[in-house]
Amino acid sequence: MSVSNQPTRAVNEPTDMLETSFDIQGHAVSRPWWKLRPRRSMRVPWISIFIVLFVLVLPAIFADLITSHDPLRGVLGDRLAPPFWMEGGSWTYPLGADKQGRDILTRIIYGARISLTVSGLTIVIGAVVGSTLGLLAGYFGGWIDRFVSWLIDTFLSLPHVLLALVIVAAIGPSFVTIVAIIAITIWASFARQVRGETLSVRETEYVARARVAGTPPWRILMRHVLPNVANTLIVLATLQVGVVILEESSLSFIGAGIPRPNPSWGVMVADGRDQILISWWISFFPGLCILLVVLSLNLMGDWLRDFLDPRMRQRGR
Amino acid sequence: MSLDLPLGSPSGLSTAEPVLAVEDLRTYLYTRWGTTKAVDGVSFTLKAGETLGIIGESGSGKSMLALSLVRLTPEPAGRIVGGKVVLNGRDVLELTEKQMRDVRGKEISMILQDPQQSLNPVFSVGNQLEEAIRVHDRDIDDAEVRERSVNALKSVHVPAPERRLKNFPHQMSGGMKQRIVGAMAMAYQPQVLIADEPTTALDVTIQAQYLRLLKDLQRRTGVGIIVITHDFGVVAETCDRVAVMYAGRFVEQAPVGEIFDRPRHPYTRALLDSRPKVDLKATRLQSIEGQPPSLTDLPPGCRFAVRCSYAIDKCHLEYPHPIEVAHDHVSACWRSEEVPWESP
Amino acid sequence: MARYILITSARGLLTLFAVSILVFSLARLTGDPMDVLAPVDISREDEAALREKWGIDKPVPQQYLSFVANASHGDFGPSFKYPTESAGSVIADRLPASIKLGLVATILTLSIGVPLGILSAVKRGSLVDRVAKGFALFGQSVPEFWLAIILIWFVAVRWNVVPTSGINGWRSYILPSIVISIFGIAALLRLFRSAMLETLSSEYVKLARLKGLSEFKVVWKHALKPASIAPLTFFGGIAVRMLTGATVVEIVFAWPGVGLLAYEAANARDFPVVQALALFTAAVIVIMNLAIDVSYAYIDPRVRLGQKAVV
Repeated sequence: MSVSNQPTRAVNEPTDMLETSFDIQGHAVSRPWWKLRPRRSMRVPWISIFIVLFVLVLPAIFADLITSHDPLRGVLGDRLAPPFWMEGGSWTYPLGADKQGRDILTRIIYGARISLTVSGLTIVIGAVVGSTLGLLAGYFGGWIDRFVSWLIDTFLSLPHVLLALVIVAAIGPSFVTIVAIIAITIWASFARQVRGETLSVRETEYVARARVAGTPPWRILMRHVLPNVANTLIVLATLQVGVVILEESSLSFIGAGIPRPNPSWGVMVADGRDQILISWWISFFPGLCILLVVLSLNLMGDWLRDFLDPRMRQRGR
Repeated sequence: MSLDLPLGSPSGLSTAEPVLAVEDLRTYLYTRWGTTKAVDGVSFTLKAGETLGIIGESGSGKSMLALSLVRLTPEPAGRIVGGKVVLNGRDVLELTEKQMRDVRGKEISMILQDPQQSLNPVFSVGNQLEEAIRVHDRDIDDAEVRERSVNALKSVHVPAPERRLKNFPHQMSGGMKQRIVGAMAMAYQPQVLIADEPTTALDVTIQAQYLRLLKDLQRRTGVGIIVITHDFGVVAETCDRVAVMYAGRFVEQAPVGEIFDRPRHPYTRALLDSRPKVDLKATRLQSIEGQPPSLTDLPPGCRFAVRCSYAIDKCHLEYPHPIEVAHDHVSACWRSEEVPWESP
Repeated sequence: MARYILITSARGLLTLFAVSILVFSLARLTGDPMDVLAPVDISREDEAALREKWGIDKPVPQQYLSFVANASHGDFGPSFKYPTESAGSVIADRLPASIKLGLVATILTLSIGVPLGILSAVKRGSLVDRVAKGFALFGQSVPEFWLAIILIWFVAVRWNVVPTSGINGWRSYILPSIVISIFGIAALLRLFRSAMLETLSSEYVKLARLKGLSEFKVVWKHALKPASIAPLTFFGGIAVRMLTGATVVEIVFAWPGVGLLAYEAANARDFPVVQALALFTAAVIVIMNLAIDVSYAYIDPRVRLGQKAVV
């Protein structure tokens, strides 16, 4: 939505990378993540980490080692084989097979690779571009800020799905296309967040002192602003992975994302749609994976947010 | 009940019966890290027209004590686990919540520390003041509410009250806001007014003014005031009696003069010594060594013993219950006789 | 205040221009509509005539200028796919279906999301709270298209309670509106919960209790009003969705709204419709942003009356 000129609420007091940061009452003031230790009773979301690791990350990396089936070509004779616990199922196709006889489990594993790479790339691009623009806008203000804010508003006004449909109608769906489309739409969230944080941090005494002392801007940005922004950036990035996975799978579902026969989870759900009544497993399991992974990422992101911000409440703006 | 504060009505120092009698009050906080004994056996009385100061460091339990008196301890962790709070002859700890709501604002009120935070920013000041009036008088009509709000503002010396009623909190200075908070608290002339660090968030120039206002209100209405503070200056300015609080208990209670001239507890002595003295040539600020004990993990003996320069073995083992060391002066220390009157 | 509105509107207009240029060029990139819309064996003369009729024989910048000129009158040209209709009327035909669905979804979202969020904060740690938080997590993580399919499979087919697609009476609204609103409910719930938690622990709420106010009043007057400010931006998002159609859901349910229209038009390379839709969507977003900013200013007296201290 629109970019207001008020700083975002989740502002942490600035910290120098070298100073200890405790206030008078002995409460910890927020420090950059690499300096933190978990509080005694913080409940680390182990299950979520486990899920993300074993459903998304590891399969993505070790796909070829885990499974021997070909994700793209199936055995027609085994088409529509049900999962192993059902009548007619076997361990050869643990989660069943699709219309072309391709193993669902294998395709899910390779699909993880797609989800991971798409989200990884888009977030890296989006975060780098977004943070840079956000930092510049927040710190320098003036016409830079006005222009970047307007840019952010404009890109947030773009109709994502329509845009994707149009582009894909032009140059056809492909991996590069979807990365570009999603990156174009998410950089603005990073930019807005970073800009807000930068605005707040800039007004603090800490930074004011550095400016008065004549420190060059890039140094201030790197040493003072960035560490404070880093915390929320990490949280945002974690949460955005889930968002991107949802977005990519939606677009792939309607044909405007990853092209067939690649096993994007979204494509798989679309493939199984007309079989839903009998061969429900074709659509069910990929979608379930999306749900589990995004759920876990959200839990992790929330936990990270609490972990990195010892003060739950911020007083004043 | 008319809100016109009768000028010239005598302060109630002549009445013998205290308006507030607290006996062995205990408030514990139950959290997953342990049980914090925020208030652990506090007893005192307050007479009409009298001002009691409660002084202590942060973490001593002062604010929790104040909240306990009005039964607004943070839920669900905070619970009042024992004691009596007798207000106007009734133990308020025995009341139902509904009954307690009638008591709050009417018989006992509180002023909070930071006026920037204690007024709701999205409602006008008049709205919030009128609310304070309507809550205890359902059938009042608009005109009378208006009149009473204006009078309330006048009683705290707010100029142009009719205009002020329409203003929003952010349009006013801190001092003015705090005065309005005072007006809200005094709307029904309660018997007890608790002022939790009333001037800490105000400009130094305004602080004295505000304290004078409180005394003025007291003179006119006979309200008993409890001032919670960490500042001896405030104590000197306003209080008749002082209680020094440490780690959930009162360690010393005495008339104000006695506290300054003849403190009988090492902690009080240490607090007095740690004040910056403008006239002497001190090279460094004296602070009290060590940290207050964790309220979840209290020692069996005196809680100040670890930091005390007079501590003997007995102090660490057995808790020194308050003993009377002079007229109307109690101290909880085995060695209260040895505490020097003046700093060495 | 008036000045503020003016400036924001100007920026919005600029945004619309940018979006229109972007979509215009992208639409032209999609290749020749001829390939998709005209019959394969069309003669050269007919083809040239068609091109001229649609104005696509002229150079692109010129096309854009005439587009802008016409658009400002609301004329978006004839639809390529439905030659007898103008793009504008095609959209106008399909809009009511989206709006109706969006309205139902919005009502659902507000009536469940807001009270649950408030309740969750007031009764923090209770069963209600935990269920609400769990639901919120689920709602923000579930892929809509998958949920839609699963629901259709069970509710529509297995149990035969509602129709599987299209608009056939009031029952058809049930599944699509549920799917659309799930994410909104989850987000609104979380926003209200966290905003309420913050206001409930504020000093002014403490003071309200000190006055002897009933807990009901404390929550619904003092805690709620300041807490409503933050979720306001989200209301805007909800409204936008309501007006511009939830494309994926419409596709799954074959709901004849503007979302499905976008899908069809893009595939058919129906430029005018695509452009008009894009502009419409962007315009809705821009206007909604403006409305939100103005509402912010109105609700928060600090912004409305300015920060000047009237000591």
